[in-house]
Amino acid sequence: MAGITLRNLVKAYGRVRVVHGIDLDIGNHEFVVLVGPSGCGKSTTLRMIAGLEEITSGEIRIGGRLVNDLPPRKRNIAMVFQNYALYPHMTVRDNLGFGLKIAGQPKEVVAARVQEAADILGLAQLLDRTPAELSGGQRQRVAMGRAIVRHPDAFLFDEPLSNLDAKLRGQMRAEIKKLHQKVNNTVVYVTHDQVEAMTLADRIVIMRDGHIEQTGTPMEVFNRPANIFVAGFIGSPPMNQLPCSAEAGGLRLADGTVLPVPARLAGKVRPGAALILGVRPDDISPEGSGLLATGEGAMVRLTVDIAEPLGMESLLYSRLAGQEVQSKVFGPRLVSPGEVLDCRIALDRAHLFDAATGRSLEAA
Amino acid sequence: MTRDLRRQLKAAALWLTAFLLMVVMCVPGLWVVLSAFRPNREILAKPPVWLPEQLTLDNFAKIFGFGADQVAIPVAAYFWNSMVIALTSTVIALAIGTAGGYAFARFRFRFKNAVFLGLMLFRAVPGIALSLPVFILWSRLGLIDAQLGLIIVYVALNVPFTAWLIDGFFRQIPEQLSEAAQVDGCTRWQAFWRIEFPLARSGIAAAGVFAFLTSWNEFALASQLTRSTDSKTLPVGLMDFTAQFTIDWAGMCAMAVIIIVPALILTFLVQKHLISGLTFGGVKG
Ligand SMILES: Nc1ncnc2c1ncn2[C@@H]1O[C@H](COP(=O)(O)OP(=O)(O)OP(=O)(O)O)[C@@H](O)[C@H]1O
Ligand SMILES: [Mg+2]
Repeated sequence: MAGITLRNLVKAYGRVRVVHGIDLDIGNHEFVVLVGPSGCGKSTTLRMIAGLEEITSGEIRIGGRLVNDLPPRKRNIAMVFQNYALYPHMTVRDNLGFGLKIAGQPKEVVAARVQEAADILGLAQLLDRTPAELSGGQRQRVAMGRAIVRHPDAFLFDEPLSNLDAKLRGQMRAEIKKLHQKVNNTVVYVTHDQVEAMTLADRIVIMRDGHIEQTGTPMEVFNRPANIFVAGFIGSPPMNQLPCSAEAGGLRLADGTVLPVPARLAGKVRPGAALILGVRPDDISPEGSGLLATGEGAMVRLTVDIAEPLGMESLLYSRLAGQEVQSKVFGPRLVSPGEVLDCRIALDRAHLFDAATGRSLEAA
Repeated sequence: MTRDLRRQLKAAALWLTAFLLMVVMCVPGLWVVLSAFRPNREILAKPPVWLPEQLTLDNFAKIFGFGADQVAIPVAAYFWNSMVIALTSTVIALAIGTAGGYAFARFRFRFKNAVFLGLMLFRAVPGIALSLPVFILWSRLGLIDAQLGLIIVYVALNVPFTAWLIDGFFRQIPEQLSEAAQVDGCTRWQAFWRIEFPLARSGIAAAGVFAFLTSWNEFALASQLTRSTDSKTLPVGLMDFTAQFTIDWAGMCAMAVIIIVPALILTFLVQKHLISGLTFGGVKG
């Protein structure tokens, strides 16, 4: 087991830079998830760690050892690919044992380790099948098995669940989590799905356009997003963003509504500043039908456009100050389109961002 | 009921069409095979004798130099030349074609498309158009009437097609397989031999059959570049049966059978491998 360190890591294809100097310290046993929109450089970063992609400049260390110029086979890592990349002409048993055999391990050791991995992942019945004879979820498990038999220093996952249907994805997500708790190794996991990131990660790294936007535990990035991008990316449905301007009396929205400044940010708001007020959908709801205690927060008036009942709760798409906002109503209360609702906003959980830079005022 | 009948009729019509097509394609070959086993007299009979009245191995005995009237044709030498030339040129063409196909499928390099296009255009040149320049070159180099001369020509003829075909097979193999193998501890070279090569084997076999048959059957260039038993191949040897005023059809057909049989055996041997190898599984995405 070993930690991984990235120092000012850069990747350029010809003249086009796609990763712009990333710094990251991944601790021993830590489960780190790289998350971000398509094309932000997650896979490229992961492949540089694996040694499948040359690095343009910077440093990669695995377990303290500089691996910049080492080929993949000398890095003692394992990787699970999006398309599983199982060897189609080998049985599951041979797929699992391939790496050990290449390393010249004796037959008995290979057999024992394959058996161990098969038991952990419930593959014992499938050992003599070929990949073509497996379901998507089973292939996924074989790919993970192939990673664990070699007892590598670190696991690298590149969107391992994106080929599975929604139900299976949830199941496999839980299995990956269990697996990590069992073998407890260092994991770098790439996904563009923020739910996967939130549920699996010890620490989330949010990337955009080859930069790291924020690094933190799931709760940190959820509760204290460093900027508008992170605020919009983490959390589902996404955080509402309301442009406003700071005044002596509070925050003036586009339609003239004035809301008080959240108490914990009062010291940081300069009068006249153009700001964006960020409020999560859970923090806007009609009195008595949400997470808010009576009398908490400020009142606003919403006009409902669409209501989506989800069972335990309903998701509302409404207009506030000329802007679409999403909000939640808990319990059996039915809402119909066109209804005008008086709602409470939990301002002490709201966020303020500088409209020009997108940065959270909290950080400043 | 009527619908059933109609479907049966349709199937029958389909069978009949297929059968007729096959007949048209197979009759000449069948005629050659039949003629190989009967006397010249019967072959030339008018009206034609469709079903042979007697089958005989005399024609084969004759061309191998046994029997009453001897036709001294060095079949064994021709056969040996054909085998050596076809096999050697196939092995070399496969080695170059596999390396080239892999490079086209996996690597980026300058002028890749231009080189590839050039190779394909080379295929468009009819081989016979090259016969004169090749003849002049070879006569300067002393490669006329030498096995090596034909081997070089056939390698050049076969490499573009084998490279193209094998390139297609390597393209079908996801690059991640080789990457997974490298992460699993292989060098790139090991990953190729253990993973990519076995998966492309059926394609390489197909290319091999094609290259072998091309070399085995080629006549035009071989007839220009060979003279004697040192290098004459079987198709060129067929011409030995034509004299100024007569053609020994029986002997020629017997020799044609000798040419066809190894090709048939090879195709038959590889056929199962081709089909089973073409069905791909195990990778999703
Ligand atoms: N071989 C290449 N040549 C040029 N540009 C490339 C190459 N490979 C990737 N890129 C570019 O690098 C950027 C990052 O790609 P990368 O695959 O890392 O994205 P990603 O974050 O994994 O996205 P996704 O979620 O879609 O997988 C993209 O803009 C892509 O176009
Ligand atoms: Mg990717």
